[in-house]
Amino acid sequence: MELDARFFRREAGRLTAALTRLFGVHNLALAEDVTQDALCRALEVWKFHGPPPNPSAWLMATAKNRALDVLRRERTVRTFAPELARWLETEWTLRPTVDALFAAGAIQDDQLRMMLSCCHPRLPEEAQIAVILQVLCGFGVNEIAGAFLDTPSAVEKRLTRAKRALAAAKSLFDLADAGEVAARLPIVHRALYLLFNEGYHGASPESAVRAELCQEALRLIGLLLDHPAGQTAATRALAALMCLHAARMPSRLDDAGDLTPFFEQDRSRWDRALIADGRRLLDQSAAGMEVTVYHLEAAIACVHASAPSAHDTDWAAIVRLYDALLALRPSPVVALHRAIALGQQRGPEHGLAAIAAISGRERLERYPFYAAALAEMEMARGERARARDRFREALALARNPTERRALERRLAACEGRS
Amino acid sequence: MSQFVFLYRGGMGGDVSPAEMQQQMERWMTWLKELGDKGFIKDMGQPLERTGKVVSGKQKVVTDGPFAEKDLVSGYTLIEAQSLSQAAELATGCPVFLYGGAVEVRPVAKM
Repeated sequence: MELDARFFRREAGRLTAALTRLFGVHNLALAEDVTQDALCRALEVWKFHGPPPNPSAWLMATAKNRALDVLRRERTVRTFAPELARWLETEWTLRPTVDALFAAGAIQDDQLRMMLSCCHPRLPEEAQIAVILQVLCGFGVNEIAGAFLDTPSAVEKRLTRAKRALAAAKSLFDLADAGEVAARLPIVHRALYLLFNEGYHGASPESAVRAELCQEALRLIGLLLDHPAGQTAATRALAALMCLHAARMPSRLDDAGDLTPFFEQDRSRWDRALIADGRRLLDQSAAGMEVTVYHLEAAIACVHASAPSAHDTDWAAIVRLYDALLALRPSPVVALHRAIALGQQRGPEHGLAAIAAISGRERLERYPFYAAALAEMEMARGERARARDRFREALALARNPTERRALERRLAACEGRS
Repeated sequence: MSQFVFLYRGGMGGDVSPAEMQQQMERWMTWLKELGDKGFIKDMGQPLERTGKVVSGKQKVVTDGPFAEKDLVSGYTLIEAQSLSQAAELATGCPVFLYGGAVEVRPVAKM
């Protein structure tokens, strides 16, 4: 039988979550070892005759047996999960306790608890994301480093720090404590938002890992959506945002792997099912008084998703949403996007004036899409020479070959070479 | 046609990510399938567990594994080929080399 390409990785995350619940989070390294052992054994056995009919159950049974061995051998010298201690003491209760922990619903909850634990408020965001990717998503150090254009040793350092913070907690995050969950959720949302964005806009557009980061962010937000403790308006808004952006992914890269500018994307390639999911989630997120940045960003994405073409877009609505976003979280990048929308709504002169009025504009000067936005507006009002200079500036700031090629194409169009 | 045993040694586990393990498994399956499709496989053979016991000496002393990782036989396959050199040539496609292992090619003694 054929396995999904992510099978080993996903199963690693599930097993480690269940094993960590069993061993206690201070024994995370032991849980990771047992997971690694189970996967190694699968590799050695399956490479001859292929995976068994139910590979997931096979892996789980293997991990469970290893866990039972470890518990029997070490329960007198090591403390495991404190809340389970008395159930692990005798043979009468050991097996049923372990079986219960490996049941599907329990593993689902354990992954959610693990995710909340990983988003420890004392950890920097990049450490939270690194440890989520390793422990919950089964990525190796080199794969994480590849996705973020970091060195493996930098990633290793983050992971060590994150795991030290995790181990200090003894047990996984308690979902029953509503106050603690409510306090932790914004941090989780932020980490998942950054994870998704890294996949969507991140530093290495050509790597296949990027689409996987978006898929993982969607899967992890699904854990929140499926659990009563995680189903808040902000969770739904963030999930809506991810769905509506992910829907556009098929049209963002052309067959040669080049970025297609938003205005030229083939909208028939947008994923209708994801748009429908996003819209439904956005509707649900409107329950309650809370309006988060995720609500506003999702609403903007929804206006785009509803428009038949870039030209026939309700740009006035988009400008209003950006105004609200600026009020909630002012930033030069948001102001730039607002100015671009205003340029679409009322003409390039208005767009240029809005850019000139951005406070903190100098912080955008290293950002290639700032110069590119100026270039597009100059081009739209017929100032080709100025547009060309701006495109050249943008090109000099391009951060990777994909950005460079996209900007070169626009420069060629501006010079009438295309 | 003569028969040969491939003994796979080492090249197991180590510090590899789950995705790399899956890739490793797929490489093995592809390689074995190709050999099978071309009619070189007499018996796919079996993987072997890492653990085991060694019984040795006149006293028949029984000792536990583990065995040294690099010499550990992880499995075997029974091959049919024209000659030892053809069998050895077939072994060069084995993914075990990508992971630091080796294939021992041994002719089955003819009766």
